[in-house]
Amino acid sequence: MKETILSVRGLKVSRGGVPVLDIQELDVYAGEFLSLIGPNGAGKSTLLLSLAGLIKRDKGEILFHGRPVENGARLLEYRRSLAMVFQEPLLFDSTVYDNVAAGLKLRGTERKKMRPIVEENMELFAVAHLSSRSARKISGGEAQRTSLARAFATNPELILLDEPFASLDPPAKESIIGDLGHAMHIKKTTAIMATHDRRDALRLSDRIAVMEGGRIAQIGAPVEVMYQPVSESVAQFVGIETTLEGKVRSSAGGIMQVDVGSRDILCTGDFAPGEQVMCFIRPEHVTVYPGGARPDSSARNVFTGTVLKIQTIGLLYRLSIDCGFMLSAHVTQQAMEDLRLAVGSPVTVAFKATSVHVIRKSWD
Amino acid sequence: MELILEGIKKAFWLLVTFDPEVLGITWLSLRVSGLATFFSLFIGITLGTAVALTRFPGRRFVVSVINTGMGVPPVVVGLFVTIFLWRNGPLGFLELLYTPTAIILAQAVIATPIVAGISLASIQKIPEALRLQILALGATRIQMVWLLVKEARLPLLAAVMAGFGGVISEVGASIMVGGNIKGYSRVLTTATVMETGRGNFDVAIALSVILLLFTFIINAIFTSIQQRERPR
Repeated sequence: MKETILSVRGLKVSRGGVPVLDIQELDVYAGEFLSLIGPNGAGKSTLLLSLAGLIKRDKGEILFHGRPVENGARLLEYRRSLAMVFQEPLLFDSTVYDNVAAGLKLRGTERKKMRPIVEENMELFAVAHLSSRSARKISGGEAQRTSLARAFATNPELILLDEPFASLDPPAKESIIGDLGHAMHIKKTTAIMATHDRRDALRLSDRIAVMEGGRIAQIGAPVEVMYQPVSESVAQFVGIETTLEGKVRSSAGGIMQVDVGSRDILCTGDFAPGEQVMCFIRPEHVTVYPGGARPDSSARNVFTGTVLKIQTIGLLYRLSIDCGFMLSAHVTQQAMEDLRLAVGSPVTVAFKATSVHVIRKSWD
Repeated sequence: MELILEGIKKAFWLLVTFDPEVLGITWLSLRVSGLATFFSLFIGITLGTAVALTRFPGRRFVVSVINTGMGVPPVVVGLFVTIFLWRNGPLGFLELLYTPTAIILAQAVIATPIVAGISLASIQKIPEALRLQILALGATRIQMVWLLVKEARLPLLAAVMAGFGGVISEVGASIMVGGNIKGYSRVLTTATVMETGRGNFDVAIALSVILLLFTFIINAIFTSIQQRERPR
């Protein structure tokens, strides 16, 4: 059984009279990396701020090691066992060293004891060579590294990260994610990170919580959230591009035949015949073949169709294919050339029954 | 034209020979305005910081009052300080009228809103997120306020400069409450007014040059502070 470090029960927060957060239950385990993902305004930052005791909550309890977090002296004690890093580095107008030492100074740590701790944390985030530099004269990446070192310097039990990579350019972000992962591993700190980028969450997290409208829509292991979303909106947020509504026609031995309109597809699951369901298919799970080809794969869903639309997404192409229902697939530049794909091209598509995630249709 | 040249020559002479009267006037000016600024810092920074960091009904009104105070004509301040210090005024028993102390008092009243206004603006300009960051670093409320004031130290230094610059060049209040008494309450500006009135342009020019020199130095420092980079 994993030790619970932080528990949230019935937490409600409103801003200017508008409810913005409603967390029924959330448990954070010691040593885990939990990511909060969700669109802007989902309440990720608000949740972090209320976990840090920085904004008032209307209702509910936050328990740290089983003890309720309240206002007053205990709140300060609680805050001193955690650290927070924001999107902007928010450094003080002093040297990198002084910045990393800031939390320790506030706790009245002796100068002599402080030095090795500050140096260790500057090393950890590769800013030791900037020690005596003014925090005004370092790059954005270096500044965020300094901010992370400052957070880790107080040896927090829990670290809250609010979109820590959102203002960084890709190379800086890559190397900082690497160093953060390393620091988490060495220090065995528990972390909760808010991010709008599911790829960042996937790289660091033990668990991912998808937030929507101030609530946690789904929480679980990354593969679970990515491949088995509980609702259409979660599915959209985790990158599922094909959502089909349908009705179970038959169900036997863990395989269902689902009528999705003009076609039937096969998927794993055991809902009863007649049930209204939603089927989710990730675009990277769809294989595209030339029109009329007979795929030699084990995929049980094979359809012929026509390319309706082609969009570039980074180095991949997104194809919208009409094969009796609308299916989205990602293909590489190479595949585009090999298959000579263009709008109107006939294609054959295939996906496995296990690649289709089916949920019962919700009516709200 | 000759008049000005003569004046500048005389001014130069008075300066290089360290004329005791000019020196005395200069010293009193610096001391009076320096002390007035010093007192205004205490009240101004405290007031500005308090208003910047709190929310209360009527706050906007208080901010408007402070901002208006930044531009109150010194003669108006001089008038009211004179009334207060008048023999049978509320503070008449202190017998401060026509003393350097009265000038310090009047100048502090002039400088306080300037310092408060600039403190207010500079503390308020610090992003809200930094306040949260400081608390998240484990600061008590007092530690947080102290760190914010420290963070705003450059603009606050500008407040010092603006306050000092405002009062050292001020003449109306000084002449009204100080009386421009020779060797006692005569400062650079009041002396300049008087010497000009008497037609002693050379002395007046000398005094003006000294005053300009100080204003220039203050503005030079002020500008160099303003031009510094913003932190990340």
